[in-house]
Amino acid sequence: MDDGSLHELSAAYALDALDGDELKTYEAHLAGCERCRADVASFRETAGALAYDVDLPPVPETLERRILESARAERPNVVPLPRRWVIPAAGVSVASVVAAIVLGIWVVHLSNSLDKQRSRNRSQNAIVSILSDCKMTPAEGASARVCIAPTRKAVLAVDNLESAGPGKTYEAWVIAGRRVQPAGLFRGGAGRRYLRLTKSVPMRATVAVTREKAGGVSAPTGAILLRAEVKPS
Amino acid sequence: MAGRGEGGVISLRGRRRERSQTARELAHLSDEAVLALIARADDQALAELYRRFGRLAYGLAFRILRDDALAQDAVQDAFLGVWRAAGRFTAERSKPSTWLLTLVHRRAVDLVRREERRRTEPLQPESEFAGAEAADEAELATRRQTIREALRQLPSEQREAIELAYYGGYTQSELAERLGQPLGTIKSRMFTGLARLRDALGEDARAQFGPG
Repeated sequence: MDDGSLHELSAAYALDALDGDELKTYEAHLAGCERCRADVASFRETAGALAYDVDLPPVPETLERRILESARAERPNVVPLPRRWVIPAAGVSVASVVAAIVLGIWVVHLSNSLDKQRSRNRSQNAIVSILSDCKMTPAEGASARVCIAPTRKAVLAVDNLESAGPGKTYEAWVIAGRRVQPAGLFRGGAGRRYLRLTKSVPMRATVAVTREKAGGVSAPTGAILLRAEVKPS
Repeated sequence: MAGRGEGGVISLRGRRRERSQTARELAHLSDEAVLALIARADDQALAELYRRFGRLAYGLAFRILRDDALAQDAVQDAFLGVWRAAGRFTAERSKPSTWLLTLVHRRAVDLVRREERRRTEPLQPESEFAGAEAADEAELATRRQTIREALRQLPSEQREAIELAYYGGYTQSELAERLGQPLGTIKSRMFTGLARLRDALGEDARAQFGPG
């Protein structure tokens, strides 16, 4: 089969209409043919659109549970978070993925007013910028970690910390020697919450979290709920 | 019963509440972000992906397989495929929904080819949706209308080749035999038809279905 005929198979391939030797031959060709890969990618999008022209019968209620139980049973096979959080260098779409995660979970409760939206975008960009190159320090006392960029700017990530409750907030602190500085407020709750610390985190400092009255306080009054000691790198 | 038990132990109701809160938060994320969380073994994110596309995935699998048990198998295999490989997904190449639907389609086609008895049946006629939620319904209906209109613009023999391949699970060789045409003609109809469909969907489709 010549290359011209093989190129033409990109449509059939995207429609899953190849089998046997033809499929093997085409896949071998695809591995070395950038044009075909681009064709297949765009044809896959077109084929994906065809999926919308189907009836939607009621889905058996047990299917979701079945899928989730099978997935959970496989959990050990999934690669855990790397120690160092690195965003792949792949441009806007990946950055937007990370940004969406970080921001989506963190500020989803903010109103959608334009000002807050702008503030949210700035906050999002700052968090993404830090997470793109930072060194992680795990915390004690709760499932949490601090990731510190070479600029010493830092993001605190906390998992499933019980909601601070009415009239209360969690407050982060950067403790360096005798100096204790407030470094941001968050409410906690289910899922992973991200907080960009408002203070830089020097070497050998400790990042800690206490529960305080809503609005925050200038010096900690509550017990330390989690702490991360930053060791020299 | 209080949401939380003594000693900070979260009660069952508390967990349910937290799960539903997590679900609400995930609902705001882009599909790409949901997939990134799945890559971090977040099963609630997998549940969110299912909430978004499970019904469509099942509809596609059912149209190809016309069998509930087999359609469920195809959908389960596809979602588990996403669960296992989400870390290798590259957003530059395709949308998460396209990837998922590709996995569903491929699995459904594999299964239908093993079930020879179905191959002799006519393709299921189109009919209207049944009982979708209003918001989802409107969006799905819009997308459905777009692709249907684009299909209508194709010459009938190209449309036939594409529909039999995609919804019927026929290989191009089987189509050549079924339609009594040379294989080269079928290849050409598929390629030209799909290219035209891609063009017809154009900007409208790229906004709805394509990489964004």
